[in-house]
Amino acid sequence: MKVLVAVKRVVDYNVKIRVKSDNTGVETANVKMSMNPFDEIGVEEAVRLKEAGKATEIVAVSMGPQACQETIRTALAMGADRGILVLTDAELQPLAVAKILKVLCDKEQPGLVILGKQAIDDDCNQTGQMLAALLDWPQATFASKLELGVSDARVTREIDGGLETITVTLPAVLTTDLRLNEPRYASLPNIMKAKKKPIDTVDPASLGVDVAPRLSTLKVNEPAKRQAGVKVATVADLVAKLKTEAKVI
Amino acid sequence: MRTGTIREPQQRQSATPYRPAEPMALPEELRMLRDQVRRFVETEVTPNGLEWERTGLIPRAVFRKMGALGFLGMRHPIEYGGTDLGPLASMVFAEELGRSTFGGFTASVLVHTDMSAVHITRDGSPAQKARHLPPIIRGETICAIAVTEAHAGSDVAGLKTRAVRDGAGWVLRGSKMFITNAVHGDLIIVAARTDPEAKGSRGISLFLVDRHAPGVSVTALEKHGWLCSDTAEIVFDDVRLPADALLGEENRGFYGIMDTFQNERICVGGICAGETAKAIEVTLDYVKTRQAFGGTLWDQPVVRHKLASLACKAAAARQLAYQAATLAAEGRECIREVSMVKALAPEVLHEVVHGCLQLHGGTGFMRGTVIERMARDARILTIGGGATEVMLEEVAKRM
Repeated sequence: MKVLVAVKRVVDYNVKIRVKSDNTGVETANVKMSMNPFDEIGVEEAVRLKEAGKATEIVAVSMGPQACQETIRTALAMGADRGILVLTDAELQPLAVAKILKVLCDKEQPGLVILGKQAIDDDCNQTGQMLAALLDWPQATFASKLELGVSDARVTREIDGGLETITVTLPAVLTTDLRLNEPRYASLPNIMKAKKKPIDTVDPASLGVDVAPRLSTLKVNEPAKRQAGVKVATVADLVAKLKTEAKVI
Repeated sequence: MRTGTIREPQQRQSATPYRPAEPMALPEELRMLRDQVRRFVETEVTPNGLEWERTGLIPRAVFRKMGALGFLGMRHPIEYGGTDLGPLASMVFAEELGRSTFGGFTASVLVHTDMSAVHITRDGSPAQKARHLPPIIRGETICAIAVTEAHAGSDVAGLKTRAVRDGAGWVLRGSKMFITNAVHGDLIIVAARTDPEAKGSRGISLFLVDRHAPGVSVTALEKHGWLCSDTAEIVFDDVRLPADALLGEENRGFYGIMDTFQNERICVGGICAGETAKAIEVTLDYVKTRQAFGGTLWDQPVVRHKLASLACKAAAARQLAYQAATLAAEGRECIREVSMVKALAPEVLHEVVHGCLQLHGGTGFMRGTVIERMARDARILTIGGGATEVMLEEVAKRM
């Protein structure tokens, strides 16, 4: 079975995010970028499937500028077999990404598509669901455990009330939650081997996908700064303030 | 015996990571290597380093983990399990280890990877390489390099340890001083005089010596810093060595030592780059939260300009080190540039760690704060691997 994993290049989780001075977005110039952590979990799960003899080939897909090749290369160093870079400087919204993935799935015919449940930059949490709808495949989102059978997959999902276990028939779309696994390191020999693995480059137009944004961003602002606290002299003062000012009791 | 207690410092993730810009044209695989080493340091080293400082021991499991990730083989041939990357990889590796804030850990690992075992790759016979390199690269055999003696440090040509022919083999007699990894290591590469008639640098050979061979004894030394790494005086009391203990050509060891020093000095440039950036990061965290005079310390121009000034100097020294590493990677003549790195970067590091300690106020003087340890650990770097004074002479000779 072929597994397709989507890997997004995002601002590194360790970077303190800054809003651009013209409020049009977040500063990404000279900022460290990494693979979206949920996508890393996706790659790890795919590699484990391959190691268990359940997957035969892992294809890692990323979309965006040329630098996304590095994100694919990281996936290859972790154990993916080949990459597809959808090269574009356009802003890609979840629907556009899902449409591109749909075309790639039509072409590649994977038995399973794994995505992160969301990317840590825009936190949309939409692409996997949209892709499943476009493909008319079952979806198993927020997966914390995957047991892959021959024609179906048993997936444990993290939901508000606890854990839910579902069975989906294959092919299916899976999105990863944090506790699915702990991604491995890319060892140095594997980093060197990854240099020799193939990465195909395609552009969205050649796939017949119109990536024009359907939503427009009006403004991006920094979160409001936390106000300074106050000291109260007595418990009675505290209770009064909690009642009248904070209105929490 | 160490006195006083070492308290747990804050080991949280920094709120304001300070990372100098990635050098231009760094190959993709080295940027990926950097990410992997950084993750290893943050998850395996920083949380455990204090325990290693207490015990004076870095667990073998840590070396084996690094071996499994390929970190210990980057300067060795692919056929023995290495990746055969050049000095630029060592620079990146040293820089990320330097960010651990545990100078002893950094030193212990780099002595193994870049200062000792590289002699086997440089000068070893195919049989020596096949025997020794695989376990070295896996982190199972830990190496030390023994050149320095009590009366011969930067003056390598003055060393007195003797190796005398004895049948097919050799007998080793003498002692070595300040040897990193000598207590817990397995394989020591020893520089000894094989031709006492030859002048100075000629007549020195290198030998592979089993740390536990009969006649080898060590005395652990107490240090000012680098508490988690083991440093020892080694005595060789008529140690019998087999014929295949000789590493490289007889009487030609000096050249290998000088060549490997170049690599060691590039590593020191990397260590300083990592440690300066981390010291500045730790201090930014402190001054941006510490309240004084009605605001944070960062609100005081004198404080933030001081840190900015230190950041400028650290960035300049780092660039010089990357340039020297690049020249070395391209196989170009760079003894002057590498000597400049060794002469400058540790001096800048001193200025940075002491400037940062100053901004920590009394806190910085307390055992258990990160900056206090970093200041102690930094002290040796202007001395080891060629003292600043010796390095300046190397620069002057080439002016």
